[in-house]
Amino acid sequence: MPRSTPLGRSVRAGICAAALLSLSVPAAFAQQVPIKLGFMTVRSGALAAGGKQMEEGMDYCLAERGGKLGGRPVELITVDTAGQPATTKTRAQELVERAKVDVIIGPLAAFEALAIDDYIRQVGVPTISPSAAAEDLTQRKQNPWFIRAVGTSAQANHALGEYAAKDMKLKRVATIGDDFAFGHETTGGFQRAFEENGGKVVQKLWPPLNVADYGSYISQLRTDVDAIYASFAGGNGLRFLQQYSEYGAPVKVIAQMTTVDEGILKSMGKEAVGVISSGFYTATQDAPGNKEFAAGIRAKFGYDPGYYTAGAYVACAFLDEAVKAVNGKVEDKQALMKALRAVKLDRGPYGEVTLDEYGNPVLAVTIRKVEQKDGRLQNVVLKTYPKVSQFWVYDPKAFLANPVYSRDFPASKNIGN
Amino acid sequence: MSARVLPYAVVLAAMAMVPLVSTSPFYVNLVSQIAIAAIGALGLNVLVGHAGLNSLGFAVFPGLAAYLVAWLSTVGGIDPVTAGIFALAGTLAVSALFALVALRTTGLGFVMITMALCQIVWGAAYRWTSVTGGDNGLSGVPRPGASLLPLERPEVFLWLCLAVLALALVQLGHFFESPLGVALRGARDQPRRMNAVGYDVWRIRFAAWMLAAAWGAAAGLLYAWYHQFVSPHMMAVTASAEVLLMLVAGGAGTLAGPLIGAALVVLLKNLASIWIERWVMLLGFTFVVIVVLMPDGIVPGFTRLRGWLRRLKPAPAPTLVPRERADG
Repeated sequence: MPRSTPLGRSVRAGICAAALLSLSVPAAFAQQVPIKLGFMTVRSGALAAGGKQMEEGMDYCLAERGGKLGGRPVELITVDTAGQPATTKTRAQELVERAKVDVIIGPLAAFEALAIDDYIRQVGVPTISPSAAAEDLTQRKQNPWFIRAVGTSAQANHALGEYAAKDMKLKRVATIGDDFAFGHETTGGFQRAFEENGGKVVQKLWPPLNVADYGSYISQLRTDVDAIYASFAGGNGLRFLQQYSEYGAPVKVIAQMTTVDEGILKSMGKEAVGVISSGFYTATQDAPGNKEFAAGIRAKFGYDPGYYTAGAYVACAFLDEAVKAVNGKVEDKQALMKALRAVKLDRGPYGEVTLDEYGNPVLAVTIRKVEQKDGRLQNVVLKTYPKVSQFWVYDPKAFLANPVYSRDFPASKNIGN
Repeated sequence: MSARVLPYAVVLAAMAMVPLVSTSPFYVNLVSQIAIAAIGALGLNVLVGHAGLNSLGFAVFPGLAAYLVAWLSTVGGIDPVTAGIFALAGTLAVSALFALVALRTTGLGFVMITMALCQIVWGAAYRWTSVTGGDNGLSGVPRPGASLLPLERPEVFLWLCLAVLALALVQLGHFFESPLGVALRGARDQPRRMNAVGYDVWRIRFAAWMLAAAWGAAAGLLYAWYHQFVSPHMMAVTASAEVLLMLVAGGAGTLAGPLIGAALVVLLKNLASIWIERWVMLLGFTFVVIVVLMPDGIVPGFTRLRGWLRRLKPAPAPTLVPRERADG
């Protein structure tokens, strides 16, 4: 069989070459196996709008890096948790046990993150939260396998509390917020910093999360106060501000980040103009790298990035840095987790950001005001507090000795004054 | 083993064998979820299928049991088995009180009152933050376990779920054929006549309610141990509706229906979603198809189908019997 001889020879030569190649650059060869990245988002139900923004942030991050993180190609496995804790748990099992992912980015809601908290601990898969803000995830119940790419609920609200008392010179404030953990924690953080700087919270209202009409709450809101502090999530901020303006908006509104987040601001009208809020991310903030990011998102998706878009992008950027730090060896989960906890970005949506020893970002918090600019509503930065940690000015130990912010903590001593 | 028990035994045995062939614990856990959902659906079947009482608040039973066991074994610090027993007892006690309210009505009124009762408990779980953790729920619920029965292993937990499911099937199979079960269906179809012939319809319904509550609580216990986490979402109206959906899809009033419906819903929700992005639409489409083709569920649907097929077969020609003509 004369024809098979050259073929056989070339095959043999090929095998030799491959063997030599694999001897000389084993690491490079191994790195071509993709990183399996599990991404938990929400595509159905009430939280789907945030889920879509998260997917866009993730999409943008991977496209920017040519589909590679730390030099290794990425196999993205996206699952829909439907915003249900039980489904989230099953999806996490699917990612870990069936798809055998190296790392998880997700889930969206705090109760989803809490639902898989124990499971993450058991299986030991590095998890980066792109949006879940529940304080205790990086405080009283911190998980060795969990870091966060967004601020805690109260992180930016401590700053707003101080700003309201010191810079705006507000004396008396009434608060209204969604009646769930995120609303309680954000309002708690604001109240603590505000009252410690001389302000008084004289009224606190908690409308249910899915209330159809804020009318009965707005008519209860006091008008003899200096401002209303509003803490709403999802589409609730839009509905509250609209209805408050229909009632004449007798008092000016200061707000928590997601009430006037860029993700919802695009659907708002003149009722939002003038609302002062605080956030750990603002699309217009002057942080190194943010201009490119915001312009890029605007060019690709046609809106300004907000909470969810930036959160998912930074989670992905954190992973990129950590994979670089471990030279692409994501299979060593302990080493990857160590690298994730030591992650530090100089540029990006947040500008410079590091993680504290609890796995929560230390970043700049901005005070911003909604203005009509360039034909659309934008949050314009008034003041920047650099390097804000989740513990604000407090000692972490003393902070953690207190209970988590809730309807009952900090105690409201000035109600009715 | 009689011919009626055989199919159930085969299905349960097949489910129990999944860990031997499965490549990943994911599928084992999925079968556990089917078993837990089936136990709940079997409980609701007592009310909907046999008592004719349509409930849209069934999730209150598993919800109460799950919250009780979670609270007792985390905050309360009681060992999981004792906590489980207390949770069952507590759920039954509360259910008995609820029965006093709910069983005053039937029909649409019963649908609304059960939904309202479930919403009360949901509201308490959601807003009584200091005890229930609010919407963040209670996490870190320990599974009972010992060196003999390591329940933290997925396959062992699956076998526990299947054992409870088998017990539910046997108990309910017996119950439906018992005099009480027959009386229950009598009270469903002809409550006034049953009353007239001397049956206490209220007490019969009460027994059915408590039986449903007991199996609902068992499912809730397993749910809390399986997820090791409880949150108010498990008592939302959608959660109650999902159990009802399982029952409607599988066939209310049959013994196999709840099992098939539970498998259908759990698999569509958790397995089909791996390949199909718009799995929610698939779920909706499947139910439309079921309702159009088999309005009373899969099990009765197939029974009817078998009947038709039998009719399609040419019936054996009647044998002609020669008879002598009378005038012959």
